[in-house]
Amino acid sequence: MTIKIFVPIDSTAQSLGSNEIAHKIELEAQKRSLEIELVRNGSRGLFWLEPLVEVEYNGERIAYGPINEEDILSLFDAKFFEGGKHDKYLGKTDEIAWLKNQERLTFARVGITDPLSLKDYMDHEGFVGLKKAINMEAQEIVNEVKDSGLRGRGGAAFPTGIKWQTVLDTESTQKYIVCNADEGDSGTYSDRMTMENDPFMLIEGMIIAGLAVNADHGYIYLRSEYPHAQDVLNKAIKIATENNFLGQNILNSNKNFTLEVTRAAGAYICGEETSLLESLEGKRGLVRYKPPLPAIEGLFGKPTVVNNVVSLATIPIIMSKGAKYYADFGVGRSKGTLPIQLAGNLKQTGLIEKAFGITLRELLYDYGGGSATGKKIKAVQVGGPLGAFISEENFDIELDYEAYSKLNAVVGHGGIVAFDEDVNMAEMARYSFEFCAIESCGKCTPCRIGSTRGMEVIDKIVAKDEQPKNVALLENLCDTMVNGSLCAMGGMTPFPVMSALKYFPNDFGVESKPSET
Amino acid sequence: MEKNKIQHHIEKYKSLPGGLLPLMHAIQDDLGYIPEESYPLISHEMSLSVAEIHGFVSFYHHFRTKKTGKNIIQVCRAESCQAMNSKLIEAYLKDKLGIDYHEMTEDEKFSLEPVYCLGNCACSPSIMINEDVYGRVDKEKIDKLIKDIE
Repeated sequence: MTIKIFVPIDSTAQSLGSNEIAHKIELEAQKRSLEIELVRNGSRGLFWLEPLVEVEYNGERIAYGPINEEDILSLFDAKFFEGGKHDKYLGKTDEIAWLKNQERLTFARVGITDPLSLKDYMDHEGFVGLKKAINMEAQEIVNEVKDSGLRGRGGAAFPTGIKWQTVLDTESTQKYIVCNADEGDSGTYSDRMTMENDPFMLIEGMIIAGLAVNADHGYIYLRSEYPHAQDVLNKAIKIATENNFLGQNILNSNKNFTLEVTRAAGAYICGEETSLLESLEGKRGLVRYKPPLPAIEGLFGKPTVVNNVVSLATIPIIMSKGAKYYADFGVGRSKGTLPIQLAGNLKQTGLIEKAFGITLRELLYDYGGGSATGKKIKAVQVGGPLGAFISEENFDIELDYEAYSKLNAVVGHGGIVAFDEDVNMAEMARYSFEFCAIESCGKCTPCRIGSTRGMEVIDKIVAKDEQPKNVALLENLCDTMVNGSLCAMGGMTPFPVMSALKYFPNDFGVESKPSET
Repeated sequence: MEKNKIQHHIEKYKSLPGGLLPLMHAIQDDLGYIPEESYPLISHEMSLSVAEIHGFVSFYHHFRTKKTGKNIIQVCRAESCQAMNSKLIEAYLKDKLGIDYHEMTEDEKFSLEPVYCLGNCACSPSIMINEDVYGRVDKEKIDKLIKDIE
């Protein structure tokens, strides 16, 4: 019997040497005349255990990790291909508590399948949603998405179904589906994992979006920092086209949908949807005024759906299992699940898909295992560089869009970056302004100028230069940026800044907490 | 400037909607950078002003108008890597290569660039050398990576 061994091809696994490990396993098997089938699967998202090697034994997957090149010989000696015991033995993969306690809907296949195997995809319920949708009226598909309660997972949390309804209702001979794959927030990698590890799911979601609004062409605007994802997507599009899932007369339905990947060029602001559209049109990524909404006048002036990768990738399961199945997960108006990404200074980092409603404390300690350095966790930034810093007093608040909004914080794209007690929060606040200054598109004054003035004011506060006056000035500046900026770049940079000042005034050398803004 | 090569790329993208973005990638992938002397040619072929082309190229961090080293090392400066002490990595690389960001070593082997997130945040700190990402890097790992290239 052939032995099946899995070594992830996900780029984080590669960044820890999974390619070299795969190569060594093949060589060693040859040496020992063992017949093996090496599968380059996606990553399960247990990144602290990567490179995670699995074997299929008696119909079950057994995991070993984290594996480095020096472990290979002893793995073979321990007969890992028969599930043998070894220092790095982790037991049955599905039984690892970290994975077992998740609610994987969007990420159900990720890590299990070979990303570019259409057979694997179809064997694991792939294209079931599309086959259903292709026989439905456009309005019926939109209704299903509305009923699911799905909200934009890119960060803005706008209801996806309502966006689609607007595009469907706008008359035009040409409409577009644009996938926002410009995942620039630090601490986030769920888009990257989706594209690298289950590309057909995103493609399926985009085809369904096309059917729902009568659009026949889609673009994936992909950040240039993700060359591996680009390669996988292009291969997957080719395979899907060859098998009549993309192209003309899809599955003999008389419907057409074509798809292409456009590589971005390293501008964070192009994750903002109107800036993204300008960039796709071959221009500087300057943010547009709204209205008109992109759903009415989007790419090249045509009605356009702009959705994040995870939002689109969640459509297939909503269509295959039904809106109600999806909406039954979650709390309040935050329906379904969120792929949460643990990053920064944590012992156990990785992707956790859970229904909304889990607390930060559970994530940081039950899943994260505390800080990697063993020191106290001082602050946690949730939702990327524009998200607030959360201090321990708020670790027990449930992760849901509305609860976080009350805190002047955001769930955003679900990225969680932990810092230990060595962090200086005045430096982090200053960095927020610095990042804004580097990445601002420059169109509106509060963001373009405010970011630089913000750095200067923080320097003065830290230097105790007319401190009370400068704290008031900082609050005033943040208020102007929140209310006067054209988009979330300038409008949200004050969130991390003000939360740092509010919860960690000592790091600024400020005695008492400033007033609420 | 390699006019023929640039002309070839322009032909491919000039009538494509939004073609300026893939065109600039094609030129940079081919030549390593986008020579400013190519602007008049692109301007003429694509009915754009030289100012518009300059505005486009200078807007995007990824595009470069100067020659770079054979190997480009990008160091992540974003929050997750900061939480894992990427400042030490930044300082170590600058010192080891003897250059600052946006500079090239004298032997033209390396260029150093900052980057804001490589999506490898579960294994911070991270760097990228050409198209390969390396996670959980420390001084020893960097020494080995650079030695392997040299």
